[in-house]
Order: sequence, then structure tokens, then C-alpha cells
Amino acid sequence: MTTQEILSPAAQVAGEAPVVLSVRDLDISVRQQGGVKPLVIGLTFDLRRGETLAIAGESGSGKSLTSLAIMGLLPPPAVHVAAGSIIFGDVDLTKLAETKLQAIRGSRIAMIFQEPMTALNPVMRIGDQLVEALRAHEPLSRQAARTRALEALRAVRLTEPERRLSQYPHELSGGMRQRVVIAMAIALRPDILIADEPTTALDVTVQREVLDLLRDLSRDMGTALILITHDMGVVAEMADRVLVMQSGVMVETAAVGQLFSAPKQAYTQALLAAVPRMGQGREASVKPLWRPLVSIRDMVVTYDLKGGILGRTQSRVHAVEGVTFDIHPGETFALVGESGCGKSTIARALTGLVPHQGIVEFDGETLGSTPAARFAASRQMQMIFQDPMAALNGRMRVGDLVMEPLVIHGIGDVASRRARAEALFDRVGLTRDALDRYPHEFSGGQRQRICIARALALNPKLILADESVSALDVSVQASVLDLLAELKAEMDMSYLFISHDMAIVENIADRVAVMFLGQIVETGSSAQVFGNPQHSYTRRLIDAVPHPDPSRVLPVRAVHASDPPSPVRRVGDPPKRLALRSVGSGHLVASEA
Amino acid sequence: MLAFIARRLIQSALILLGVSFITFALLYLFPADPVRQIAGRSATPETVANIRAQLGLDQPFVVQYLRYLGNLLQGDLGRSYLQKTEVGTLIVSRLPASLLLMAGAIVCELMLGLTMGIIAAIRRGTGTDNSLMIVSFIGVSAPQFVVGLLLLYVFAVQLRWFPIGGYGTFSHLVLPAVTLGILGSGWYSRMMRSSMIDVLRQDYIRTARAKGLGRARVLFRHALPNAILPIIAMIGIDVGIFMGGIVVVESVFGWPGIGQLAWQAIQRVDIPIIMGVTLVSACAIVLGNLVADIASLLADPRIKVR
Repeated sequence: MTTQEILSPAAQVAGEAPVVLSVRDLDISVRQQGGVKPLVIGLTFDLRRGETLAIAGESGSGKSLTSLAIMGLLPPPAVHVAAGSIIFGDVDLTKLAETKLQAIRGSRIAMIFQEPMTALNPVMRIGDQLVEALRAHEPLSRQAARTRALEALRAVRLTEPERRLSQYPHELSGGMRQRVVIAMAIALRPDILIADEPTTALDVTVQREVLDLLRDLSRDMGTALILITHDMGVVAEMADRVLVMQSGVMVETAAVGQLFSAPKQAYTQALLAAVPRMGQGREASVKPLWRPLVSIRDMVVTYDLKGGILGRTQSRVHAVEGVTFDIHPGETFALVGESGCGKSTIARALTGLVPHQGIVEFDGETLGSTPAARFAASRQMQMIFQDPMAALNGRMRVGDLVMEPLVIHGIGDVASRRARAEALFDRVGLTRDALDRYPHEFSGGQRQRICIARALALNPKLILADESVSALDVSVQASVLDLLAELKAEMDMSYLFISHDMAIVENIADRVAVMFLGQIVETGSSAQVFGNPQHSYTRRLIDAVPHPDPSRVLPVRAVHASDPPSPVRRVGDPPKRLALRSVGSGHLVASEA
Repeated sequence: MLAFIARRLIQSALILLGVSFITFALLYLFPADPVRQIAGRSATPETVANIRAQLGLDQPFVVQYLRYLGNLLQGDLGRSYLQKTEVGTLIVSRLPASLLLMAGAIVCELMLGLTMGIIAAIRRGTGTDNSLMIVSFIGVSAPQFVVGLLLLYVFAVQLRWFPIGGYGTFSHLVLPAVTLGILGSGWYSRMMRSSMIDVLRQDYIRTARAKGLGRARVLFRHALPNAILPIIAMIGIDVGIFMGGIVVVESVFGWPGIGQLAWQAIQRVDIPIIMGVTLVSACAIVLGNLVADIASLLADPRIKVR
């Protein structure tokens, strides 16, 4: 099969289409103490009309800087284009005056950013922000601009567009906000749309919708799309051509089919190998013969919302609603679900960080709620969080951070604690002299290893890993997951693994529970849930995951975004409890209406 | 919203009750004897005892306090020991002048402080930024009586642009308002600078620039409304700081406000006036904060009234 045959029809057209943007020998540097440090070196590529070019790479590869350079939005004054050109039409964007750039920005070249939660002005109505973008470039009356804004909101498949115009950003979900940002970007039908990690911060089902939307829009309008992403699944689904970057240098560029089927460079091969893939579901390696390590029965966590003159409880957030599951010794139990489904709340309730109702048994004993009981339990349960930088006190040496649990629980003396920390650092793959350094001196993956060492310090029986690898680059993610698997085997621990990433869960978990709005909708072994999903929500989640396989044919969908279901209920109107029925050997599924 | 205001007003009443008790107790424990002040040095012990009984100052503390509170609830702030006038009347006649001075000071400090802060934030790290921050530091650290006398000397005595003291016209207001406002403008410029720098780093500013908006629009339509949010709450706290400053500034400029009234009353241990002025100040602070909170609510759609 030749390359041309694997390419999508759009890509074949793009092969002959005119070049809209041409980047030549682009160098981007940062001025810092002690000289100028290059961030992007000698980048050259062409973008053709109607084409989707994916720039893929891990953090620090320079992919976002490249997009900011095209927009003329590099953070001044330190970061700047040092050499090279970015030709758009017949002008060099790197040499254009700011006022001329403003005319191009947002109208001919538009951009979508990663974080929809912060990309919109919080004190300005959606409508005003859209109208403003239109009127900055076209002489429209307010009324005409409003009509155009409504069109744009309809184009991005938002329900009730009229109402959205008068809403503020905080009233919309992340997926809806990202649609607003996209509406803003496409409203003036730009020649080039740059999307910088447009779905990284979104839930997987929302990601699916936004990706479909972007693909449809760029096809319908003939807009060239530069898609910047670290996710090879997204690349495979979206791109016609791929440009792989590492440390500011282009490693490889090829048509998407060719890149995935026959990557030439070692880095590309390693990057593709590290991507967690679906469809490798594993059979539970642990048979639940023994007494469970953790047994949760009917856990309920609610938050009261007060209101009125007397400040009485008027409604409640039902974060966790009657959840029941066991974790067996030596098992990895995973909770999956989208943001707000209550999976992290369960971990917090288990460790006593939030009050809960229901029974929690740990190692055969009911966990008390007194501070003393919680303190004793904390020796057996440790957490690893999502953002290792935020989880480590930046003013303490990492050695002290790792020894701190021992100090708190009064274990050992200074020398033995130090020895323990050294042994832990050896085990998690850090050097001993690193103990005396501070968190900011480490990379993201190293910091997460420090957090793992800290969690291991007390020899706990259970580790709660809450999105512990979500913030890491794929290659780092893979090595941290390997480390966690090795540690579990060596130290006879169990994991409660909380993640939104279906592929990772399928690869690491023995048993899985899928959560939706505070309740479990399906649970069973990894093979049961992923190999034979029974609940429609589980199937939707699995279908939504982008596959790192460009030849996979995608079904046509056009999903409209409306307000997401809310866990907030009036007092006296609790949500309906889902009844779980067994479909064979521990595979439980909630009945559907 | 109405429920929120109602709840806050009830809280405010409790705060005022607490303030009245603490002030009354402090004045009771104060070693200076108001009766001595009224009777004069040559008075006989009988005269002193008479006056004491007349004013009810021979009663136990609790009785005195409850009696004061009872009158207060009927709107009676008592009668000045020395001026023989109703405290309420005195305060009402003086209050407009003080409110005018405070309004002038707020306008002055916001204009000066916000402008300096915004310019410093945009020109961050440059000589302009550094000089502005030095100016604001001087504003924060200079004592008000020094600033007042300095302004008087330069603008009233030497340049003769403004009158030396008194009350009545706009030009009378300028120097006292500036003196009172300079302290606050120092704080505001620093707060505004850091708030603005923080906001200019936000993603939505980048979005606004990516839309192709001009610098001025990004600054005034997107950055400013967000940067000013933390400042609004400060204005409420500021009213309290003004109450201290007003005593000094009104004395320096001969401004006939409640600050001057309080200063005279403290010198003469005129307890009813001190109590009255303290309660009125506390009211002003509580109301100032309430107004600032309501303004924050209106300015920031994310804050929900519960």
C-alpha cells in the first residue's frame, strides 16, 4: 500500500492546494541571565489550504511557541523570533508592525487555546466577547454582529445560542466554553486556525465532540488547521500531515498514515510505542479469595448549599451517592469517569479528608471518624496526586519531604529516616544526592517519583493514585506506570487508581468501576468492562477515546452541547439510586431507563 | 440580594453593639476624670460629688452602660458634658464636612493610585515603574501631619494656589483631600500594580489579543475590569483608615468635621461626644464595607449571593 492510498481524500486535495503559510528556518530564543537560549531551531514547514497539520511533541518541544510566533503573541520581551521567516500570503509576519498584525490576528489567522476554563474573560458576557471579536475586524453594527455571533454559536453546535449570548463564562461547562472559543475563532472564517492542545483539558466524550466539530468546520470552510498536541490518538484521527518536534527541533515530518505505519526516526518510534492503547484489556490477576483490604458500603458524600435570610440548606451537591465496592489485597482497582463524577471525592472520603456516610472497612476493621483513628489509618493509606509540583512544598528539600511522614508518625531517628529516604530514592530511580535539592530543580516525571517515594515511606497497604500520571508526557507516563506496577508486586500493596484516561486504566487495572454523577454504572474486571461493556455510558466513554491508528474509520456524529447534568438537588429530592445487576462473575451493570 | 443585605445589616447591628460596649468600657477604665474637667480645679469636693451624681457617673458600670444603651436605642446619643449641647446635633452639624472630605480623598486616592498602578504594571521593570513605586512608598510611609504641613507650605504659603485653611469652597477641599488621599494612593498603586500584572498574565488576555484587539481595548475592556475587583473590597476597609486620618487632617487644616470634634472631646474627656463619634465612625466603616461588598457583587458575576 502506498502512502497516497492511506491518506484521506482531504489530504490528497491538500497536496495540490496552494500554500497559505510558509515557515522558513525559524529560530525562537529566550533572553535570560547569562545569554540567549534557543527554544526552537531551524523549523521549516509549509501549510496548504484545507490541510490539517499536526505538530506533535512532548512538553518543551517548542510546539506551542511555534504557534505563538505565528500569531505574533510570543511573551515579550524575553522570548522572541531570532531568525527565519513566517510568510503568510506575501507578508513576513515576523517583520510586521503590531498594528498590521492585529488586523490579521483573529480574522485571517485565529487561535484556540488549551484551557477553556480560563480562556474567556470572566466578567464579560459571552455575547459581548463574540461581538467584540467580530467588530474588531469588520464594520458591523451591534445588531449585525450579534446575528453573526449567533450563527457562529450555532455552527459550533451549542444549544440555546440566544441564551448563551447573555451568559457569563462560569455558567458554561468546559466543553461549552471551548466551543465558544472556537466560535470566536471561526466567526470571521480565517484562512488558518491554530488549535493548541484544544481538547487536552476536556473530558473524553467532550473531546470526541470537539474534535469532530473541528474536523467538520475545517472541511466545510476550507480552513487550514494547525493542531498542536501531545496526544498521538488525536493526531491519528485529525491530521493529514504530522510534524514531530523534540527540544525545539523538527524530528520527522510525514503524511499521517506513513508516520504511524513506518516511523523513520527513533524518537518517533519511541513516542508511538509509549502511547497506551485500548483493546488490550487484561484478566484480573488476583482472585478475590481473601478478605478484602478495603470494603466500602453505601458511601454517600453530600455538600450542603445554603441560602435565604436564615442561611438554611436549600439544596445539596450529591457528589457520591451510595457507592459500594471492595479492593482486594494486591489488586489495582480503578475508578474511571469524567470530571465531576465523584471519583476523587471517594478517595478524599476514604482518607478522611471529607466527611461521609456509609461504612468503610479497612483490613477488617471499621474506620472510625475520630482524628486518632484517622491518624492511625493514614499510616496504611497514602495518596499520590495529579500535579506533583503543587503536591510538593517548594520551600522544603525533597529529602525532608520524603522523611516527613516518618517524622509525623514518630518512626525511627534522624539516621534511620535518612537511610529510608535514600533507599526509597534508589528504588524510584533517583540519585541519593537529589535528597538535598528543592522540588523546582526536578522535571515533572522526577517530581512524581518523589511523590511516590513519599507515599511509600510508611510502607502503606493502599496507595490512592488520583490522576497521578495525567499531567506527565507520554514517555514519562509509561515509565511511571511501569514503576507503580513493579512497586505493587514488590511491596504487596493495593492501588485505588483514579483516572479519566480509559486506555491507561485498561492497561493497569485489575478491576474497574465506571462512575457517572456520583454512582457506579458498571463494574467488573478490566477484561469484562473493556472487552464486553454493557452500560451505554461505558460504551460511550470507550468509543470516545481517540485511537493512535489513522486507518480507523470514524462514525459520523454531530453532537450538540447543552448544559451538563448536575449533581445539585433540592433538599428532599435525592437522586434515584441505580440498581446494579450481575451479568456474570462479578460483572455488575446498572439498569438503564 | 435583599436577603443578603438584610443578613448583613443584622450582623452590622451586632458589631455596633460590640463596639459600643468596648468603647464604653475603655472610657470607664480611663484614668482621667471627666468630672474634674467640668468642675474645674477650685471646685469643692461637694460640687464634684454633685456633678458626678448629676451625670450618673457614681452608678456601677453595668447600670451606666445599660442606661446609655437604652438612650441610644431611642436615638439619643446623650449631651456633651462641656458644650451642653446634644451630641446628636453636634455630629449631624459636623458630619457633612467630614463626608465631603472623605469623598474627596477617595476620588483623589483612586485617581492617583490606580493611574500610577496601571502605568507601573504596563511599564513593569522599567525606570518608570521603579520611580512610581518609590513615590508610592513615600506616600505610604509619610506621616499625614508632615504631608499636610508640607502641602500647606508649598501650595498655600509659597504658591498661594489654595487657602491655608477653612471650609466652604472647592479650593478649600483640595489640600486636605490630597493629604488624606496620599496614604491610600500609595497602597492602591501597589495593589493595582500587582493585580494588573497578574491579570495581564491570564489566558483571557491572550485570547483578547488573539482576536486582534488593539492594546488600549485589551487593557481597558479586558484587563482593567478584572484587575479592579480586589481593589473594590479595599475601598471599604479604607473608610476605617480614613477615620484615623481625619482627626489629624482636620486639625491641621481647621476643617470643621467630626475629626476635629473628636480631637477636642478627647482633650476634655467629653465622654458622650467620644462615644458618639466612635459609634458614627463604626457605622461608617460597617456601611462602607457593605457598600464595597455589594459593589463587588455587581462587578463580578461569579460571586453568588447565598
